Amino acid sequence: MNLTLYVWRQQSSELQGRMEKYYAQGISPDMSFLEMLDMVNEDLIKNNAEPIAFDHDCREGICGTCSQVINGVPHGPEERTTVCQLHMRHFHDGDTVYIEPWRAKAFPVIKDLIVDRSALDSIIQAGGFISVHTGGVSDANSFLIPRSDAETAMDAAECIGCGACIAACPNGSAMLFTAAKVTHLAMLPQGRPEAKRRVCMMTEEMLTKGFGNCTNHYECQAACPKGIKVSFIAKLNREFIKAAQLIKEE
Amino acid sequence: MILDGKCPSGPLAEKWDRQRQDLKLVNPANKRKFKIIVVGTGLAGASAAASLGELGYMVEAFCYQDSPRRGHSIAAQGGINAAKNYPNDGDSIFRLFYDTIKGGDFRSREANVYRLATLSNNIIDQAVAQGVPFARDYAGYLENRSFGGAQVSRTFFARGQTGQQLLLGAYSALSRQIGAGTVQIHPRTEMLDLVVVDGAARGIIVRDLVTGKIFSSAADAVCLCTGGYANVFYLSTNAMGSNVTAAYRAYKKGAFFANPCYTQIHPTCIPVSGEHQSKLTLMSESLRNDGRVWVPAQKGDKRPPHDIPENERDYFLERKYPSFGNLAPRDIASRSAKEVCDEGRGVGPGSRGVYLDFADSIQRLGQNAIQQRYGNLFEMYEKITAENAYEQPMRIYPAPHYTMGGLWVDYNLESTVSGLFVLGEANFSDHGANRLGASALMQGLADGYFIIPATISDYLARREPGKVTADHPAFKDSIAEIEKMTNKFLSINGKKSVTEFHHELGRIMWDNVGMSRSQDGLGTALQKIPALRAEFWENVRVTGTGKTLNQELEKAGRVADFLEFGELMAHDALHRNESCGGHFREEYQTPDGEALRDDERFNYVAAWEFTGSDNKPEMHKEPLTFENVELSVRSYK
Ligand SMILES: Cc1cc2nc3c(=O)[nH]c(=O)nc-3n(C[C@H](O)[C@H](O)[C@H](O)COP(=O)(O)OP(=O)(O)OC[C@H]3O[C@@H](n4cnc5c(N)ncnc54)[C@H](O)[C@@H]3O)c2cc1C
Ligand code: FES
Repeated sequence: MNLTLYVWRQQSSELQGRMEKYYAQGISPDMSFLEMLDMVNEDLIKNNAEPIAFDHDCREGICGTCSQVINGVPHGPEERTTVCQLHMRHFHDGDTVYIEPWRAKAFPVIKDLIVDRSALDSIIQAGGFISVHTGGVSDANSFLIPRSDAETAMDAAECIGCGACIAACPNGSAMLFTAAKVTHLAMLPQGRPEAKRRVCMMTEEMLTKGFGNCTNHYECQAACPKGIKVSFIAKLNREFIKAAQLIKEE
Repeated sequence: MILDGKCPSGPLAEKWDRQRQDLKLVNPANKRKFKIIVVGTGLAGASAAASLGELGYMVEAFCYQDSPRRGHSIAAQGGINAAKNYPNDGDSIFRLFYDTIKGGDFRSREANVYRLATLSNNIIDQAVAQGVPFARDYAGYLENRSFGGAQVSRTFFARGQTGQQLLLGAYSALSRQIGAGTVQIHPRTEMLDLVVVDGAARGIIVRDLVTGKIFSSAADAVCLCTGGYANVFYLSTNAMGSNVTAAYRAYKKGAFFANPCYTQIHPTCIPVSGEHQSKLTLMSESLRNDGRVWVPAQKGDKRPPHDIPENERDYFLERKYPSFGNLAPRDIASRSAKEVCDEGRGVGPGSRGVYLDFADSIQRLGQNAIQQRYGNLFEMYEKITAENAYEQPMRIYPAPHYTMGGLWVDYNLESTVSGLFVLGEANFSDHGANRLGASALMQGLADGYFIIPATISDYLARREPGKVTADHPAFKDSIAEIEKMTNKFLSINGKKSVTEFHHELGRIMWDNVGMSRSQDGLGTALQKIPALRAEFWENVRVTGTGKTLNQELEKAGRVADFLEFGELMAHDALHRNESCGGHFREEYQTPDGEALRDDERFNYVAAWEFTGSDNKPEMHKEPLTFENVELSVRSYK
């Protein structure tokens, strides 16, 4: 099949970008979306033009590197699917496809479709961990964790840190991302001792990095390739209120 | 030269403890004066950087992805082994040790493997303490499953995302150190050279992948944790950016490369769908617990699977290996699949595939049970192939997956360049000629959390901190060389893209240095690779400049190294006139087609020394001695 693409091209963060038109021809339905772009890029190289820069690595939906807004939707039209796992059989001959980078204040564009997501790492560095030293820990079975708690922790821990939730949110909020980490650790007994500190530090970092507030649009959940639920945001809010209250009392 | 692995003496079970007693310690007040570079933040690198930072060293960590959370360890699905014996089914440290040695076809060091089995238990404790959400039973205890044909249940798992969860655990420990300021992190930065001064590793040269700036970092020791080289085959289950560059450039600076021909071809991957294919996706091996592998008995039978009656199907693994059946080890299952396809009995596009059929299990256990066990894998399979594996058999085919070879290291993980330590998949240790399932995660974390913190202190304690700085001429020379190479790539302006060269190399490697190898095929590879490399340096086209983010330039450097490294693999495969584990030489097989080892002549590690890009490398041997296990012929019949 043949497609018309409009792709965001931007040389660097300082320079202005614009949409450019390309043709993708002879596309097989078995190709992944990124393989379709590979093909367009090989053509550009043949014509001595610079290929479209885009982030990707594992190409199996787990590393969270790929990040494109396709026809206005982060990761494109298929539910619970990263761009790298999106296949061309979901498109039709003659379609026009718009491809843009994640857009959010906290994610400046580096080049073309590549943005800087280091603000997400900063949130984790602020408190998204359990402060345990290597060695000197007790036997793994000395904590008993009810299966349902372990399952909820795992549901939250599945977040791949791609940032689609932020790209989808009209406020550019990182609430779903932060909530997933807070919930994962708060569900486990090992994570409880630092729960207060963690939620305060992470929330504060989120705000200083330029992420917006949550006003309950739930676009994040719709865009999440791993199906992370907004109910975790409620959990984050509960943890935050509890922490703020306790800190006040102390 | 005869290499010495420097394994401590004494009874097997006491070696590591004895070694730890003998290793020198760095005075706590001095630790912050020592700087350590860690390249790579997969399981090995993240766990090493976090643990070294905690100890108080000054650590600088590098990775090519935009975040340390994305190393390819993240893609591991199945699980991680440990000898906890929680299910009380007869497991022990010795049994895990023995299975790993045997699985590796008796081509690894006893002392290393025993240490690995011992540390496996500490890893699980550490991961749980960090909050890794392993699967639990209804009473809240950790759950285990049997994996990769093991006869005990010793595999810990977090759904189908064990690697992701372990990496996020290590990444969180690393993040804590970054926040505390003991580790400085450089994402989107690629190591392009190792700097060696007076025989010792003193730093690295890197390229900032965003600005294009080439700069250096000096340190008292360097740890390479840069993963495996399966992308030499172009198509593999590795990430697109996985490369041999860091290891290969260290090899060029004097680190020996051990057993490069030991590569693992995983039997259960989704087959290639066409020329456009950019990578291959693994379907977890656990599927073989409930799926039956078959092809049509008749050559060229094009009927859809459900039209082929039972008596016209060949369940070839069950037929050839009645006791292990569909659970035969990876190397054996892969080769058998290739054989039936070579006979013209393969299925699917291009006839390079075999069926993995769940119909019997679905009938026996119900679709629900299968869905519960493998739902996410069936979903992934459907996303990629648009086929519903509940209704028709999956199609699978072997794909390059893991590389047992790597930079040679001694028991302390130190390479032949002093002060250069190598961890995780990037080193050659522990897995011999074939790795068992769920043991790579274990090795990467044992190296990073527990071994390197102990052994690197011994190296540093004998040295003065900060003796060489980045002002040393060796750094300037190396930067100049890398800049020259960059300019060369950009100025060739030929007719073929980097990817075209990579693809061609991959075909040569897969056809001749892949699942089975012969003297003729290897000879062909040794002719074709240098010719392709010569063409690359005259006819490659790398667009853009070196002054910005330039993904073509990144690829060019990696492919240039693969084009040399492929030849090294072929040399190693050609010299090893035996079949063992993942290395199968057609000339050396038993009458019924099984690998024929030659312990008299090849019971050693082959460590290759660089002698120039167009010269044959020189081989050195590390003899392997077995004091605690008897060398036997692996039999899975
Ligand atoms: C699909 C798949 C499934 C697997 N499943 C399992 C399993 O179930 N159980 C199991 O035990 N094992 C499994 N394995 C194997 C296991 O995952 C790997 O062997 C292991 O995770 C490797 O870890 P590592 O830290 O050595 O390297 P990696 O995780 O590959 O990390 C390499 C790091 O090095 C960095 N790097 C590389 N080159 C450079 C450079 N030149 N400059 C700077 N940085 C660089 C990268 O950025 C990255 O951070 C699987 C492997 C694959 C591919
Ligand atoms: S490239 Fe890894 S998730 Fe898409």
